[in-house]
Amino acid sequence: MSAMTNHPGAPLISVEALEKRFAMRQTIVGRIAGRLPLAVHALNGVDLAVHRGETLGIVGESGCGKSTLARCLVRLLEPNEGRVRFEGRDIGELRGGERRAFNRRVQMIFQDPYSSLNPRMTVRQILGEALSVHRMRPKAEIPVRIAELLDLVRLPQDAAGRYPHEFSGGQRQRIGIARALAVEPDVLVADELVSALDVSVQAQVVNLLLQLQDELQLTIVFVAHDLRLVRHISHRVAVMYLGKVIEIGPTEALFSAPRHPYTMALLDAAPELDPGRRTRRAATRGELPSPVDLPGGCLFNTRCPHVFERCQVERPLLAERGGDHRAACHLADFGTPAFEPSFTAAEPA
Amino acid sequence: MSALATPAETPALSVQSLTTVFQTPKGPVRAVDAVSFDVMPGEVLGLVGESGSGKSVTLRSLMGLIHAPAQVSGRVLWQGADILAMPKKALRRVRGGEVAMIFQEPMTALNPVLKVRVQIEENLAAHSQLDARQRRARAIELLDLVGIPAAERRLEDYPHQFSGGMRQRVMIAIALASNPKLLLADEPTTALDVTIQDQILKLILDLRDEFAMSVVFVTHDLGVVAGTCDRMAVMYAGRIVESGTVAEIFARPHHPYTRGLLGSVPRGGAERTMLTSIEGTPPSLAVIPQGCAFHPRCAYAVEHCVAKRPALERIGLGRMVACFREAEVAAAGAPV
Repeated sequence: MSAMTNHPGAPLISVEALEKRFAMRQTIVGRIAGRLPLAVHALNGVDLAVHRGETLGIVGESGCGKSTLARCLVRLLEPNEGRVRFEGRDIGELRGGERRAFNRRVQMIFQDPYSSLNPRMTVRQILGEALSVHRMRPKAEIPVRIAELLDLVRLPQDAAGRYPHEFSGGQRQRIGIARALAVEPDVLVADELVSALDVSVQAQVVNLLLQLQDELQLTIVFVAHDLRLVRHISHRVAVMYLGKVIEIGPTEALFSAPRHPYTMALLDAAPELDPGRRTRRAATRGELPSPVDLPGGCLFNTRCPHVFERCQVERPLLAERGGDHRAACHLADFGTPAFEPSFTAAEPA
Repeated sequence: MSALATPAETPALSVQSLTTVFQTPKGPVRAVDAVSFDVMPGEVLGLVGESGSGKSVTLRSLMGLIHAPAQVSGRVLWQGADILAMPKKALRRVRGGEVAMIFQEPMTALNPVLKVRVQIEENLAAHSQLDARQRRARAIELLDLVGIPAAERRLEDYPHQFSGGMRQRVMIAIALASNPKLLLADEPTTALDVTIQDQILKLILDLRDEFAMSVVFVTHDLGVVAGTCDRMAVMYAGRIVESGTVAEIFARPHHPYTRGLLGSVPRGGAERTMLTSIEGTPPSLAVIPQGCAFHPRCAYAVEHCVAKRPALERIGLGRMVACFREAEVAAAGAPV
């Protein structure tokens, strides 16, 4: 990774040329004809770094690979190519005690608070299991620690004796956070943490996460499809499209002056909260190409309003745009005042 | 846009004291409680609320889609006639004809074993005089209208061969087949990605103009309301707690729940600050709190709110609110 002047020291996590494919079941006809098995190309060369103490937002539409990336970060999935480094070490090569230490220090919180908690275990058992598996406390101190954890996520003490189904969605997500925090991790990877929750409850959980990060000096990777939410919570944001990071930069810079046409389209498509600022023109045309059969050249070329010949033959690299901001677009001045579109998207009908 | 109707204009749809009660083993549940609202010709009304607020049941009740043993009472006046009291034959002409509905999950709303052509033509056969050849031509036109590329070829495809966004377009095409005057949309873009949602919302607005339709849009997403609706009604625990034009409500909410909802959504420019969330969770409809249903979560609640339920009262032209403390809430202004 190139030097990032405003982040002293090496990144806590670095992702290098990560690729992940999921093979599809081959049809009998295909096997007889000797065709190569098809694969879903979920990650197509992802590079990024996560710095200590920051929140990195990862945003993109369904099928962009953001959840696959999150799973690779915690080693729930093994990549086909490339690597994830944690404090410089390739996590795929960690064994024994080192691997256990990694598993403890990088924790994941899942989207669905209904399926990620064991319905037959009480909250006390759920939290106690995490504590004893990683030998966080002597047995006698576990009840005290459980009480502390419930306080930490603002759940009442009597929650310990209850089962997950007795809680609302927001409270269940707090239990998931408490379970992750039980083992005193350095990193939380949150995959669509609040997407299943009602708006008013989302805000409570987001506030809790912001407070916990300050109290515990956590590093957070926040994966979500909701741009407003990602903008609110992140120091830096990476935008993914078809298994690649197409733009990454400080939140403010990326949202105020996006340097990739896809980021721009995504921002335009997100409904504004201001009824006075309406547009009647759709921000994009067309739909996401199939991840089985990726477009040649730039992955966004099938939907980009600024596409030109080079985009169809050469895949752009994630290149510096100044101020820790990078974008993967052949139009180096896209998003700057200097940029002159060769043509603009169709006017409203 | 005939968006902001003058008060003199007669509403296309007038819902009066609509109440829906489900019988459950734990006793009756009032999912919709005395809900009243009007929809003007060509207007887009947003019905906003969180899960369990009764917004979807309201939509289904006014279409006569809720059946016994559930009880639906009140009046739903469609061009002067009460939908709830209509004989079956007349109801069949209105429902799916003059009043069409689209749903959140196109995969469950479409028939998976019928070609898209058959499903569009089915509606044309029921609500138009076209012959078989004309129906096919019209089906192609409709798919084209909703922006499905290669419409003629896609006609012979099954729903599973379409993407989520394209399926929603198919459902809209089926709804439009009968030239509806009112489109009821139940979270039609919730399952879609943001760029596709944007396309579908813009499509619905274009079609509203083209067909001079009214639209009732059920959603939990305030961004969708801000971007597409003319007026909005906010629902909580089965009741409307505030209604008015979208611009007015966003600028100055009078109900603490509306204000809390607006504050819960992050806005640009205030990154990493605390959101003004609402404490607690929406109540179960089986145990709605006494007095004002919102009082346990309300920062403005006083003793009075626990004892008595506030009525939905007019506070200005086309502006209603159900709160004893609305003046104090309004004085606090919109959340930043």
